[in-house]
Amino acid sequence: MNLTVPVFYALSVVAVISALLVITRRNPVHSAIYLIVTLLSVALIYLQLQAEFLAAVQIILYIGGIMVLFLFVIMLVRLDVITRQVAFNQQWLVAAIVSAILLAEMAAVIFLGRGTAPLPAATTESLQPNTEQIGRALFQNYMLPFEIASLLLLVAMVGAVLMARRR
Amino acid sequence: MVPTWHYLMLAAALFTIGVIGVLTRRNFIIILMSLELILNAVNINLVAFSRQLGDVSGQVFAIFIITVAAAEAAVGLGILIALFRNHETVNADEVDLLKG
Repeated sequence: MNLTVPVFYALSVVAVISALLVITRRNPVHSAIYLIVTLLSVALIYLQLQAEFLAAVQIILYIGGIMVLFLFVIMLVRLDVITRQVAFNQQWLVAAIVSAILLAEMAAVIFLGRGTAPLPAATTESLQPNTEQIGRALFQNYMLPFEIASLLLLVAMVGAVLMARRR
Repeated sequence: MVPTWHYLMLAAALFTIGVIGVLTRRNFIIILMSLELILNAVNINLVAFSRQLGDVSGQVFAIFIITVAAAEAAVGLGILIALFRNHETVNADEVDLLKG
């Protein structure tokens, strides 16, 4: 029995529901926990798409790195004040309507575009071994972007330290 | 095998939720989390096309996007700490330093 399709739908539902909870919870800690659930479901969807390396990177870097950073900063600011304030600003109704229109447009383009602009047939070309192929692509075709990315990380690190420093 | 357009639909839904979060929330921390949601939606698209086309380039671009997301989170949270230290607030709509 092939479980690929039901597993995909289950993961999608979990991802979308916890994403909705991220933007509706008043307490930022709850939002962070729900965001971790979303990121984990996305990591499992990567596994389904034969992107094992990216799934591992998602878990290690996003959940283990970025979300811990978020939780640290939430700890530093005063929570009891935030949780008693109004969560949404005055433009929430307009924003929700515009975003609903945006979603409808994207869904229509994707749904109708299947017929008018079909994708090339799915290749049987294997993406395995995944990590080896990504490593080859990174260090052959994408060498310069890779170096620029490391420079970006250095600049971001210096900027973050500079801004968070007490002056 | 799940058709690629199903992944695109999921990514569109996550992207829209992220946009709603950025536009409607007052808390700067949750705005940053919504940005992470948006970047993740883009990554799903890239990885889905990577499988469809049998080309690993999409996954490499997803790695670059994760790098940019990490840099953005670090700088954004640095700004947040500076903001909280100077103004005692984390609400984005209370920051109007540059308004005349």
